[in-house]
Formats: sequence, C-alpha cells, structure tokens
Amino acid sequence: MAKFTAKPKDLIHIDFKNPQTGWMDTPVDIREHMYCHPSKAKDLETVGFPNIHEWKPIDENWNLPENWKETVLNGIKERLQKYRSFHVFMDICVRCGACADKCHFYLGTGDPKNMPVLRAELLRSVYRKYFTASGKILGKTAGARELTEDVLKEIWNYYYQCTECRRCSVFCPYGIDQAEITMIGRELTNLVGLQLGWIAGPVANCYMKGNHLGLEPHTIKSNIEMMLDDIETITGIRINPTFNRKGAEILFVTPSGDLFAMPGIYTAMGYLMLFHELGLDYTWSTYASEGGNFGFFSSNEMAKRLNSKIYAEAKRLGVKWVLGGECGHMWRVLHQYMDTWNGPADFLEVPRSPITGTVFDNAKSTKMTHISEFTADLIKHGKLKFDKSRNDHLKVTYHDSCNTARGMGMFEEPRYIIKNVCNHFYDMPENTIREKTFCCGSGTGLNASENMELRMRGGLPRANAVKYVHEQHGVNMLANICAIDRATLSASMDYWVPGVGVAGISELVGNALIMKGEKERTADLRGETLPGKEGAE
Amino acid sequence: MKILFPFFAVIALVLLAVLGTAANLHFLFGVVIPYAALFIFIFGVIYRVLKWAKSPVPFCIPTTCGQQKSLPWIKQNKLENPSSTLHVIGRMALEVLTFRSLFRNIKGELRDSSKFVYGSDKWLWLGGIAFHYAFLIVLLRHIRLFAEPTPAYLYILEAFDGFLQIGIPRLFATGVVLLAAAAFLFLRRIYVPQVRYISLAADYFPLFLIMCIAATGIIMRYFFKTDIVGVKELTMGLVSFSPVIPKGVGSIFYVHLLLVSALFAYFPFSKLVHMAGVFLSPTRNMVANSREFRHVNPWNYPVKVHTYEEYEEDFREKMKMAEIPVEKE
Repeated sequence: MAKFTAKPKDLIHIDFKNPQTGWMDTPVDIREHMYCHPSKAKDLETVGFPNIHEWKPIDENWNLPENWKETVLNGIKERLQKYRSFHVFMDICVRCGACADKCHFYLGTGDPKNMPVLRAELLRSVYRKYFTASGKILGKTAGARELTEDVLKEIWNYYYQCTECRRCSVFCPYGIDQAEITMIGRELTNLVGLQLGWIAGPVANCYMKGNHLGLEPHTIKSNIEMMLDDIETITGIRINPTFNRKGAEILFVTPSGDLFAMPGIYTAMGYLMLFHELGLDYTWSTYASEGGNFGFFSSNEMAKRLNSKIYAEAKRLGVKWVLGGECGHMWRVLHQYMDTWNGPADFLEVPRSPITGTVFDNAKSTKMTHISEFTADLIKHGKLKFDKSRNDHLKVTYHDSCNTARGMGMFEEPRYIIKNVCNHFYDMPENTIREKTFCCGSGTGLNASENMELRMRGGLPRANAVKYVHEQHGVNMLANICAIDRATLSASMDYWVPGVGVAGISELVGNALIMKGEKERTADLRGETLPGKEGAE
Repeated sequence: MKILFPFFAVIALVLLAVLGTAANLHFLFGVVIPYAALFIFIFGVIYRVLKWAKSPVPFCIPTTCGQQKSLPWIKQNKLENPSSTLHVIGRMALEVLTFRSLFRNIKGELRDSSKFVYGSDKWLWLGGIAFHYAFLIVLLRHIRLFAEPTPAYLYILEAFDGFLQIGIPRLFATGVVLLAAAAFLFLRRIYVPQVRYISLAADYFPLFLIMCIAATGIIMRYFFKTDIVGVKELTMGLVSFSPVIPKGVGSIFYVHLLLVSALFAYFPFSKLVHMAGVFLSPTRNMVANSREFRHVNPWNYPVKVHTYEEYEEDFREKMKMAEIPVEKE
C-alpha cells in the first residue's frame, strides 16, 4: 500500500455533488487509505469468532463462506426479534434528510452514502426485500434490493466508515440512531468473518491479557513505575500505588491507552498524583486493566465477555466500589450496558467519596463513578489546592467525546474542572460542542494507520472547529476525556491544525495540583519548562 | 421513475374513482372501500405496533442531549436527559407536539474549501409542523360529517381556522396550509440535491396522495360545490353502520374519498407508521438512569469469559517476579 501523502489543502476540496446514477446503481468504490486491514486468523480464533477466512477488501473475491447469504439474512431476522431499536429504525425513517449533513464522515468525504440516512438505507433496502410485503412485491420501487456480494461489500465499507457517534440521532425527529444500526450491521459482517484487524487484535489481547494493548501484568507495573519516576523528578514526591490489592476501598479502571503512549500517560500521571494527594485507598488491577471495550465495535456478546472482568475483579478483590478513568466509549458501555450485561453488582456499595462524603446516587446500581464526577466533587468541596498558573502556557478548549456527550450527558463536570485548573479556557462554537459535538473521526476501532485518509476526513469537522478557536484565541491545547481522542486527535491536529496539542483533563489537574511536600515545580507533566521558570534549573 | 411512478399511481386512483362513479359503482366506492380501508388502517397499525412491541428493548440507550443528573449542584437538563418517567413524558411531548429534534436542525456547509459553518435551519421544521398540524385540524374538522348534532368544540375550531374571514364559504386556513406545506415538502425533495438523492417512490407517493386529497377537498368546498347534505347522509350512514348512497353527490367527492381510503390503507405498510413508531423509539422514550437503576435484558445469556484464574495461570511467574499478589503461590 502506498503511503498516504495527500496534503490538507487538497483533501479539504470536498465535492458534495451526487453521482449521476442513483445510489443503488452506483457500485461501491473500496479504495486505499479509506479502509482497515482484515483481521488475523489467530485473533479471531482466540475469541472463537465464526467463518475465519483469508480475504482482502480490494479483491474481487472475498472468499465468503458458502452459506453467507443465509447467515446474514438469519442474522438480520434474529436481531429484528432481539432489538426493538433495530426493528423500529428499519421501518419509520421518512428520509427527511435532517441527519444528512450532521455526519462528520459525510462532511469530510461528500460521499452521499455517508449520509446517515443512506448508510441506514444500505441495510434497510435488504430488510425490505426479505422482511416486508411491499419490498417483496414491488422490489426496487419500494426501495428494496437483493442481498448480493456487492451489497454486502457496500455495507461493510460504509459501516466501517461510521464511528457510532450518535450525532445523527440527536437531530432525527424519531431518534433513529445510526450507531445502533451500525452495531448490528457490524455484527452481521462478523458472522461471515469480515472483522477488522484493528478491532480483532485489541479484542483478543483484552480477552487473554486484560487490555487492548496486550500489556502483561509486569509491563503494566513497570510502565506505571516509569511514570512514577517522572512524577518524582517533577514534584520530588515518590508515589507507591498498589496492584491487584485485596481489601482496597476502590478499584480504579482506565483505558490501557493511558498506560502506554503519549499523551495518554500524562493523563495517567495526573490520576496517580491526585490519588496520592488524597491518600485514596485504591488499587490498580492487571486483570481488569482495560476500561475501553473494542468488543463493543464487533458484537454485543464480545463486548459483554470483555466487560465481565471489571465486576469479577471488583468482587475478587473485595473493593467497595469502582472508579473509572477518562474514556469515551468505555463510558457509553459502563453507563448504558455494563449493569445490564454483568450486574447486578450487589456485592458492591454505592460509591461514596471518602474525602467529601458525597454519595454518588446517580451510580447507585452500577457502583461505578467517573473520574470527572469524582474530581469535580472534590474541587467543589475545596479539597484540592491548585496553582492555576502552572497551566498558563496553555490556552485550552474542550472536546466533548461523542459517547460521554450523547450516551451519558457529561457536559458540565469536565468544564468545571478545566476552569478550576486553567486560567485560559475557550469553548468551540456552540454547534460543534456538547450534544452537537463532532467525533474525532477515528472512533469504534477505526484508529488504524492504513485508513489515514478516512481518519483525516472524518476528523475534519472537529479539527476545523478547533482551528477556529486556535485562530480566534490562540488555543494550543485540546482537552478531552477519552483515550481514543488522545491518540487520534493528536494525529488530526498535526494534520489540520499544527500547533495544538491534546491532553486528558487529569493531566491539567496534575499540572495545577499543589501536593503536600512537593518541591517548587519548574516543569509540567510533559517535562516542558514552565513559563517564568526557565532559569530555575 | 421514482417520481413518475407514484405520480401516475395517484392519477390512476383518480381515474379509477371517476370511472367507478360513471359505472355506477357508488356502493363499492362509497361504502365497501372506505370500510375496508379503515379496517386495514386500524388493524394494520395495531399489527405493526404489536410486532415492534414484541421485540424487547435489551439495553437502556437514550440519546442524551443535555446535562446528566450527577452532582446536586450541577443543573440537570431534565427534558434532554430525563432521569424519571415524568421527564420522559416531557421529552416525548416536546418531540411529538413540537418536533423538538427537528427544531434543533442546523445546516453544515463548507465555505471556500476552508471552513465549515453551521447555521440554524428551521425550514424543514416549519414545513413539517405546518403540514402535520394542518392535517390534524383538517381531520378534526371532518368530524362534523360523522356527528349529529355538530359538537360545540368544532364551532370554536372552525372559528379559529376561518379567522381570515375571506369569502363565502369562509376560507379555512388549514386546508390551504396543508396543500402548501405538502407542496413545500415535495419541492424540497426535488430541489435539495441530497434529499432528492435519498428519496424513494415511497416518499413521493404519500405526498402526491395528500396534495390530491387537499386539492379535491378545496375544490369541493370553494369551487365545484359538492352536495354537502348528500355527503353527510353518506358519512352518517357509514358511521351508524347503515350505509346509504345518496343521489346527486358528484364524482369529485368519490375521488376524494378513494384517495383518503388509499392513504388509510397504505398507512400501516409504509413510512407513515412513523406516527406510531416515534412513541416506541428507545433513544427518546427511555429514562436515562441506567447507572442508578439496573435495566434488565430479557434475553441476556451467559457468555464464555476468560476468568482471573485462567489469567493467573498464564502469568503467575511474571506476576510473582513483579511482586504483584497472586492467589496461588
């Protein structure tokens, strides 16, 4: 595969003209830099996925299993009976087009099949053909079409050009949620062995080793120890966290991305410093070492299998409640799915902040609280001391992650924290934040490298809004509460808005947090010298 | 084709009614077909709703469009992120009665191949709400044909609807609004390239049908006045299950009636069921309190997991080396 070399100024020339031919008569164009590589057989074997076979997206022949059509149609039928959402969403769309220009992939590609309505119609047309009377009788006139290999390829192509961000569902007059339809479409592709490598790999890792990155227990510990060294250099304080410790009050779970790469590790350093300063009785787990859930991007069942570790580990360790780190889809899963899948967690207690005494009644059943809720409560009660000037070199804006926005509704907590630890905060334009926020462009397991054009296109609307505050206010730091954001927005910023960095909110907290017994800080968590402290070293 | 086919289908219905009345099939067109259409409508919609309701709602998946309920000092947006049934009723009422989500609509545009701009775009909302409310009031006005004496509230409704006080018979605004709004929705489908691209025959058919229904209604009331006494005789006959075919009711009435019957019969098998479906949409009608109260999935089943014991088997030595506690030494 040739390297992706398109320049931003060329990529932004987006043609919104529709093809001359109707969408059913326009064949799918699967092209380089827009798709992810297929999975490796061994990853699928690890978790027992069906119909493992060799195939390439650009090949004519995908070596589909002999009964692929029957498998897919049975899969649709089963899911119509299992999900009212899917069933209703297949029937009630009136094609008003309100969702069309809400999708970041449509805005970034101009491809009409990326309009959520048409993405849904790709599957809806098959539904009509095989499951409705009008479709069976009237065929194409009723918007129905046969399920052919080309149709399956088309569904595959466009259902992996959707990040399940739910922005369309905010604007739909019936709340039709393409995320829901995409999830089911992806399950169908998985039934016939069309999984992505970038999803299956992390899934297999997470299943066997406890986290997407495949960090083994000793590596998790040594990675964190390296962070502790850095924290000691910066603050003069040596922190000693515990791992897999029974009897701790709190189990802390965060996405493994925070333990591995920049800038995620700075977020993890922030957690470590905060918990140390509070004297929190908590433990990390190497078994439940992943908050995120790439299973969620392949099938409901796989997501449940991976998610089971959190409650299982909380039970084994005998903790009272679970605290979760900064991650987007992790929180969609924890907020809307975990308790249903793997609950009730009646062996845990309702989360209660040991510092402020606040009882988190909104997590009464799941027993799991978000780090931003936890931190905002601490700040409100005046339990933390900050030197905001340590973030003065940063002009910060905040990116609402799709999932914490539209699958949870966490808007104020992160902003409250940022305003308390930073002097310079500027929100992006209102139509691009909160419930109207744009996806980073690389969620749901699309954060690979071979699909860079897709990622940059999908990330354009978000980046474009950052560019606005970058030019208006000199914003140079994009804060967020999502591990995938931290990884992918860095690439997107480098491409579209050079000069803007990406940080988790806990990193900004760590920067500003005044710790007992710390030395005078001359650098931020990234080791960059603080303004005014240039001569101090 | 996507436009012509439904257009000619509606023309065919019109001709069918004209020919039918010419061939003296008044009983078929005035009694049998309307009864059948109503029957299909009622049982069709019930069937659809029951079929949807049969599929469970395995997960609590409301789309949250406002601040969640979390800490007591953070103001929750109860209508956009409902944490109680009462909030959900409020959210659904806003959605159904005011088209809340459509009101949010913004138009995204790329300017000069350099920046995206997003502006408020309420035209679809305006067209949609005008269309639906006009249709509702027109329907309610027709109750006059099915009730004797005419209920008092209809006089009030008609007084409002006829506020323009133009001509005799008094002009009802809603009839004109219905036609205009349907025409707007049709033109929008044709002129907005994206909407044209996604439109199916099934999107044009009901629009043509409704435009024709409104047009024939307007013609009957203001232009070629139909024998309203005869019509009421027929409708009262229908509603009292003792159908009669009055003399002197023109074929235009039968055209109107056949188109209405077609709309009713078509309703349950088409996208028009969104009227019922919107109430069953899980992203809107669920309480967003899934961390506070456990949502139960009726088909939740046990799955194969990788247990801690298996994990420790794989990594025990490495864990011990790294001084991470283990269950079995």
